[in-house]
Amino acid sequence: MTDNAVVEQTDTNAAIAVLKEKFPDAVQDDTREGYKGIIVDKNKLVEVATAIRDELGFDYLSSATGVDYLGIGDHLEMVYHAYSTSGGPALVFKAQTLRDNAEIPSLIDVWPGADFQEREAWDLMGIRFSGHPNLKRILLWEGFNGHPLRKDWKEAYYEQDHKPFDSRWPGGHVFRAEERNVYGKNVAYPDDLDLSTLTDVSEESIYSGMGLGVSVQNLGNSEHLQTDRLIVNMGPHHPSTHGVFRMVVSLNGETIESLEPVMGYLHRNHEKIGERNTFLHNMPFTDRLDYISSMGNNHGYALAVEQLLSQGARWTPPTYRAEAIRVLMVELTRIVNHLWAIGFLLNDLGAFFTPALYAIAERERILDFFEATAGSRMMCNYMRFGGVFKDIPERIKSVANLVNDMVRDFNTMDYLTELINERLPRAVDELDQFLTDSEIIRTRTVGVGYLPPEMAIAYSAAGPLLRASGVPYDIRRADPYSIYPELDFDVAVRYNGDIYDRYLIRLDEVRESIRILKQILPRLERTHGENVFGPKQHTPRVPLGEAYGRVENPKGELGYYVVSAGDEKGPQNPWRYHVRAPSFINLTALGEMCKGHKVADVVAILGSIDIVLGETDR
Amino acid sequence: MSELDLRELNNTEFPVPADMQGNVAITSLSKLYNWSRRSSLWPMLFGLACCAIEMIATAAARYDFSRFGMEVMRASPRQSDLMIVSGTVTKKMVVPIVRLYNQMPEPKYVLAMGACASGGGPFKEGYNVVSGIDKYLPVDVYVPGCPPTPQALIYGMIALQKKIDGQSLANMDDVPWYGVGPAEPAPVPILGPDIIDPRQMDLIRRQAEMAAAGKSFAVRALPEPIKVEKAAPKAAAAKAAVAATDDPAKAERLRKREEALARKRAAQGQNAPAAEAAGEAPTPAQAAPVAEAAPSEQGGKPKFDKEAMMAKIRAKKANKG
Ligand code: SF4
Repeated sequence: MTDNAVVEQTDTNAAIAVLKEKFPDAVQDDTREGYKGIIVDKNKLVEVATAIRDELGFDYLSSATGVDYLGIGDHLEMVYHAYSTSGGPALVFKAQTLRDNAEIPSLIDVWPGADFQEREAWDLMGIRFSGHPNLKRILLWEGFNGHPLRKDWKEAYYEQDHKPFDSRWPGGHVFRAEERNVYGKNVAYPDDLDLSTLTDVSEESIYSGMGLGVSVQNLGNSEHLQTDRLIVNMGPHHPSTHGVFRMVVSLNGETIESLEPVMGYLHRNHEKIGERNTFLHNMPFTDRLDYISSMGNNHGYALAVEQLLSQGARWTPPTYRAEAIRVLMVELTRIVNHLWAIGFLLNDLGAFFTPALYAIAERERILDFFEATAGSRMMCNYMRFGGVFKDIPERIKSVANLVNDMVRDFNTMDYLTELINERLPRAVDELDQFLTDSEIIRTRTVGVGYLPPEMAIAYSAAGPLLRASGVPYDIRRADPYSIYPELDFDVAVRYNGDIYDRYLIRLDEVRESIRILKQILPRLERTHGENVFGPKQHTPRVPLGEAYGRVENPKGELGYYVVSAGDEKGPQNPWRYHVRAPSFINLTALGEMCKGHKVADVVAILGSIDIVLGETDR
Repeated sequence: MSELDLRELNNTEFPVPADMQGNVAITSLSKLYNWSRRSSLWPMLFGLACCAIEMIATAAARYDFSRFGMEVMRASPRQSDLMIVSGTVTKKMVVPIVRLYNQMPEPKYVLAMGACASGGGPFKEGYNVVSGIDKYLPVDVYVPGCPPTPQALIYGMIALQKKIDGQSLANMDDVPWYGVGPAEPAPVPILGPDIIDPRQMDLIRRQAEMAAAGKSFAVRALPEPIKVEKAAPKAAAAKAAVAATDDPAKAERLRKREEALARKRAAQGQNAPAAEAAGEAPTPAQAAPVAEAAPSEQGGKPKFDKEAMMAKIRAKKANKG
């Protein structure tokens, strides 16, 4: 581990040295305590980024996010994490701008994957990106008042910067937030609100740039049959969008000319709430990001904060058993997620609900185990900084688990052994046998929604979407964490980059997960009785600095960018808490993938990306 | 579906002759309407957030709510009777939700599934979150949980069936849709600088005017936090309790506890105060009785004083109001 760290460090250091030589005036080390990487002069940002991508080989932009340092330097900062798809640690670079008229050049020409992330930074942080072709709000609606993630922006019933709020703890009483507002609603209008001139621009702005209406010149000018251009709205209430996602498609006949994803219908202000919370408070909130794989979300967040904690005193890393349990949980989660994704992809292809029923049946078995261990089926809130919150139970008992089934009582290890060695492999084989060679599925999916590997990298696609395009990038191998280095498994890759391959790669990954789980079982037996959580830390002292913790979640790279301002007293809160959500960023390529296909294929392409709205919108 | 049993419908004092039972039912119109409505509640296929996943699980093989006649999930609001609001209602989403509700034909019902739909849930403080769908739509059943388990959802839907059973055609408040003329649609909110509820336009207008006149018309002040009297340090309080009590068994128990605490404190050494502040400090609920119990016991009255307690609770309530 330490050897690795040294080597990795020199890699990035060498890269930084090259940059400094090339751009002596534009590049500086970030010398703030606990910070990594370089600060780039914003006027040279595009050149430096191009050099980072082309000359230094950091070809994959993982995350781009803004931070507001109000009171600590009084500037806004964009933080970029670039990785190399051949593996290794990140090159972190930053660009700073003043808070008034904040503006930074857009990196969309260097990495098209920056598109949505920059729009998000504009929406929530109010940083304008010069050169961005479509800089509109993305999570909120056009016309919203202010940029909520700025530190001086306050909610309608703002109480205090940090939890726990004094009015409630200790000894306060709970009151309803809406009671405070004169309207009985959680609404804050700007002081200069003029109702007479108020117009709802939120819908118009979505269609602007879509080229509404028929372009008359083109009609009749082409050899092909021309039809009217038609704008079709799919969602936010549409059974195929896996939640409240919306796509505005412009059609020529049945063929897609352009597609604009519209999101934010489930924007739950995760990050703003996260910055009011203490570090530990955020753990249950991460469950609700990708609500199908809550254990994976917990893991990523735990890793990010542990990175910070490990810099401080009084830090005990997780025990071996804790790590083994984490991997057990995360891989089971991956299986749940992929089975669910396959089931619902088939839904989208028209095999309404039957395959999904099979998938959900297996999910229930795994959820029984989660419930017995963590106390909740879906929202497990299971991991802690430095371990997991409790050991797996001796027995799985369910008194009221089934509506009309008998009481069940199993030995946990027997249950897991049976699940991992028999039940799950059988379920995968069954799906494989029923679906893989089905002629209907092949006709609908082979060659549809093609994403070439270069584009997948450029668009910052992650997870199965990236690997189905032939890029063998899996963080468990590329930038290993936990006990993955000692586990034996292969990174699943497929090369055709279409829906069919994205389906196949999920089957492959489930099989690999089962392989990992089989190696975890003896490790659990061996470490039986070992501690799973170090000395209890209710409110850990998080040292100053930044950290980016990332895991290979079922949907792709899930990253948490956490900044601690390191208060000395009281419960601590993250200064910045950002989630790099794979579902969100994978959607950047959706428009490109859909172009030229039929409208019915959009549904299948979206299904093959496998998004979950809790994470897309946060 | 089991065979239709007409006896279920019999509802009047007129007896059905024995040989016609099962073939003929004499019933009231209300009962017939209710029975047909409650036996085929078609929910809208419509998921908002995490709770939707559990709703799907409820529809799937293991829990299978088709056993109750609820399985026909319709994607179109025009064909559905029940809107299960399964998840966080955001300001951006409440506009389509209200529209969907208006598109549903009557009679229609709303079930708020989970903490978010019922009252904002964990994300209540969010700037884009509506704290409960009942701010905009009439809700028939609330199902608590985050997310509610499938069993809880089924229970909620059965509760809705019971509610329908209790409705009477004679009471137009129960069944407004049998009134004359089309129903009023729920007002659709508008997305402005923030969400605007058309029902509150007047208030907003007044606020805007006052703001323009330079008067502040903003949020209501925070309520005063209840001041907790600093509990006497644990040790002192416990010692006082030991001294005061006249029940030897209890005194013995208190003394033991006291010793254990002292040992623990010694073991923790210097860290003790910090640890207490961090997490082991008694929660206010625990701390207060300790502090208050001591004097009352000193007064030679170790028994629980119900009157005093009630008075205290009343005072607290008055404070809150
Ligand atoms: S109540 Fe909980 S589970 Fe349901 S939508 Fe809200 S956060 Fe998600």
